[in-house]
Amino acid sequence: MARKTAEQREAVKKMREIAKSNKAVMKKYETEKKRKNVPASEYQTTMKNPNNILEIDNLHTYFYTDMGIVRSVNGVNIEIPQGKTVALVGESGCGKSVTSLSIMKLVRGPSGQITNGEIRYNRPGGAIDIVKTPIKEMQTIRGNEISMIFQEPMTSLNPVFRIGAQIDEAIKLHRPDVKKDDVKKQTIKMLELVGIARAEGVYSCFPHELSGGMRQRVMIAMSLCCNPKMIIADEPTTALDVTIQAQVLELLRDLKDKIDASILLITHDLGVVAEMADYVVVMYAGRIVEQGTSHEVFLNPKHPYTIGLIKSKPVVNQVVDRLYSIPGSVPNPVHLPNHCYFKDRCDKADGRCNSGIPELRNIDDEHKVACHLYKEGNK
Amino acid sequence: MSEAILKVDNLKKYFPIKGGLLQKVVGHVKAVDGISFEVKPGSTFGLVGESGCGKTTVGRTLLRLHENNGGSVIFDNKDIFKLNSKELRNIRPEIQLIFQDPYSSLSPKMPVGEIIGEAVREHKLVPEAELRGYVMQVMRECGLQDHHIDRYPHEFSGGQRQRICIARAIALKPKVVVCDEPVSALDVSIQAQVINLLMDLQKDRNISYVFISHDLSVVEHISDEVGVMYLGNLVEKAPKTEIFKNPMHPYTKALFSAIPTPDPTVKMNRIVLQGDIPSPANPPSGCKFHTRCRECMEVCKTTAPQYKNHGNDHFVACHLYDKK
Repeated sequence: MARKTAEQREAVKKMREIAKSNKAVMKKYETEKKRKNVPASEYQTTMKNPNNILEIDNLHTYFYTDMGIVRSVNGVNIEIPQGKTVALVGESGCGKSVTSLSIMKLVRGPSGQITNGEIRYNRPGGAIDIVKTPIKEMQTIRGNEISMIFQEPMTSLNPVFRIGAQIDEAIKLHRPDVKKDDVKKQTIKMLELVGIARAEGVYSCFPHELSGGMRQRVMIAMSLCCNPKMIIADEPTTALDVTIQAQVLELLRDLKDKIDASILLITHDLGVVAEMADYVVVMYAGRIVEQGTSHEVFLNPKHPYTIGLIKSKPVVNQVVDRLYSIPGSVPNPVHLPNHCYFKDRCDKADGRCNSGIPELRNIDDEHKVACHLYKEGNK
Repeated sequence: MSEAILKVDNLKKYFPIKGGLLQKVVGHVKAVDGISFEVKPGSTFGLVGESGCGKTTVGRTLLRLHENNGGSVIFDNKDIFKLNSKELRNIRPEIQLIFQDPYSSLSPKMPVGEIIGEAVREHKLVPEAELRGYVMQVMRECGLQDHHIDRYPHEFSGGQRQRICIARAIALKPKVVVCDEPVSALDVSIQAQVINLLMDLQKDRNISYVFISHDLSVVEHISDEVGVMYLGNLVEKAPKTEIFKNPMHPYTKALFSAIPTPDPTVKMNRIVLQGDIPSPANPPSGCKFHTRCRECMEVCKTTAPQYKNHGNDHFVACHLYDKK
C-alpha cells in the first residue's frame, strides 16, 4: 500500500472527529426514543385546522454520517386536508421519501433522526404529535390508520411467502375485530377490490408468479386492508409501464373516493401529479420551493426550479427543437451553501439571491414560493 | 433519399424453454417474431412498447449479441449474421450500444479514461501516444471535464455516468448507436440534458440511433420514425408526425392515451387496457392483441393480421383496416 499523503491523513482525522461527535448526538436521540411509559399528555396536541388529516410543521430530518450531517429534510411545512391528494415532487435525493418515512417514523436509526418539528396527525380520539409518540403507540397507527405503498413492488413483497399469507398477516396484526376464520375471506375481498380477476388463484401465488402491475395491486391491497385514513404512495407507478400505470392511477382514484382517504403522493413524474393531485408541493435539496393548488403550480409556476422542471419534460404533440435543461446539478447535501440552494443553477439569479436562504412566502391565497424574486402578496 | 444504413428484415429471436428431467426443449419464448424496419443515416428510429414485448431483445440481436432464428440484419450492405468472427470484430466499432442502467454498466474498478479508451485501443483507432488526448476530446464533447479522466464511476452522479456511457460508445466513431432506454433511470432535469446531448452528437457526427424506450414523450421528441411493438411483433410503424397525429392500431391508441399530460386542465379521455400483457411463451392465437383489444372482432381470434402499408409509409397490422 502506498503511504497516505498528509491531505488524506487530515481527512481521516476529520472523519473520526465527526463520527465521535455524531455518536454522542445519536445516543441522545436514541435514548429519548427508547423511553418507556411515556404519558399520553406528552404527545397529545391540537390541530391548527381541524379539517386537516395531517400537518407537518417545520420538520427537520438529519442523517449523521461520517462525512458530516446530511440535512435531508430541512424545515418542511405541509398540510394534507381530509379526502384530498397532495403530491410531493422533486428530483431524487431532494428528501421526498425521507419526508414520508418521517411521517411513519420509519427513518432508519441511529444515523437518521428527526431532530426538530412537529407532525400533527388528526386521530379520531384526539390529535397527536407523531414525532413525540412512542414506538409502541406508533405500531397502532402504522398500517391501521396511515399506510404506505412502496416504490418497488418487486422488492417489497417477501419472495418466500404466498401473496395470501402476506396480506393475512397484516389483517391479523392490525384488525383484531376480524375473526380468524374470516381473515382469508377479507383478503380475497381486498384482492377483488383492487381489480384482480382471479383473486382465489392469486391468493395462493408466490410474488414471482405475478407481473409488475399485479404485484403493485397486491401492495395496494395490502395497504388498504385495514381501511387507512391516509395513504402514502411513494412512487407507486415509477416501475410500471404506461398502460399499467394508467390502470393503477385509476384504481387509486377510485379507491380514494370509496374509502374517503387522503393520499400523499410522492413522485417525480409531473404528468402523474397533474392528473392526480389537488395540491402540489415542490421540493429541492430538502426544502420546499413552491407549493399551491395543482392548477396554480402547473399553469402559473413561479419558482425558476418549477418552471425549469415543467419545461424540461417533453410533451406529446408539442414540438420543440431543443429541450430546456436546468444546468448543473443538485448541491452537495453535506455542504449546503448559505444562500438560495438553487442560485447556482438559476437563470434569473441576481444580487439579492446571495442574501440568505429565501423564506416560503404567500404570493396568493393558496400559492407559496420561496424565492427572492417575489415579495409577499406580489404576483 | 439516401440508402438505409441498417435494414432489418423479418428478424426472429426465440429463446428455448427447457424442462423435464433431461432439460429438453419444451417450447420457445418468441421474444422477437418477425420484425422489419430500416434506419437511414443520421436519423432516429424509435421503438416503443411495454416491458416484456421484446424491445431490448431487438436491440441486442441487432448487434449479434444474440444469434438470430431467422431473418437478416443488413448493416452497410453486409449481413451481420453471415460474418465470421474476424469480420464481425471489424464491424463492431461501427455499431454501438448504450445501456439502460448507468449504475451497473460501468466497471467500478476502472477509471473513466480506461472505460472510454479501452475499446479505442483494442481496435487501434488512434495511435497509443494520442489515446489520452483523444479520450479527453471525446469527454469534452459529451460534457465531461478533463480532470474526470482519472476518476472512478462511483464518484459521478447518474447523469454524468450516462454521459460516460455515451462517450464510451461515441469514442469508436460508430455509424449506428442502439440506445436501450438511455434516460429512463434519470431524473427529469437530467433526462433533458442527456437527450440534448444525444441530439447534438447526432447532428455533429451524423450518427443513426435506434432509440428503445417506453416513454412516448421522449420518443416523440427524438425520433424521426416510430415503431410500436407488442409481444414480439411490430403492430404499427410510421413517420413520427404521422403516427402521433393519426394512430391507427388500437394498441397504439391506448398507449398514447395513457401518457399523463402535465396540465391539470386537460381531462384525460383515456383508454384503459384491461389485464396484463400475455406470456410470450404462449401467445394468444390470431392477432396477439385480441385479448385486450376493445374493437376485437371474430376474425381477430383466428387469423393473424397482415402488416400492410396504408399510405404515407404508415404500416399497420390490424384487421380493422382490411376492407379498404
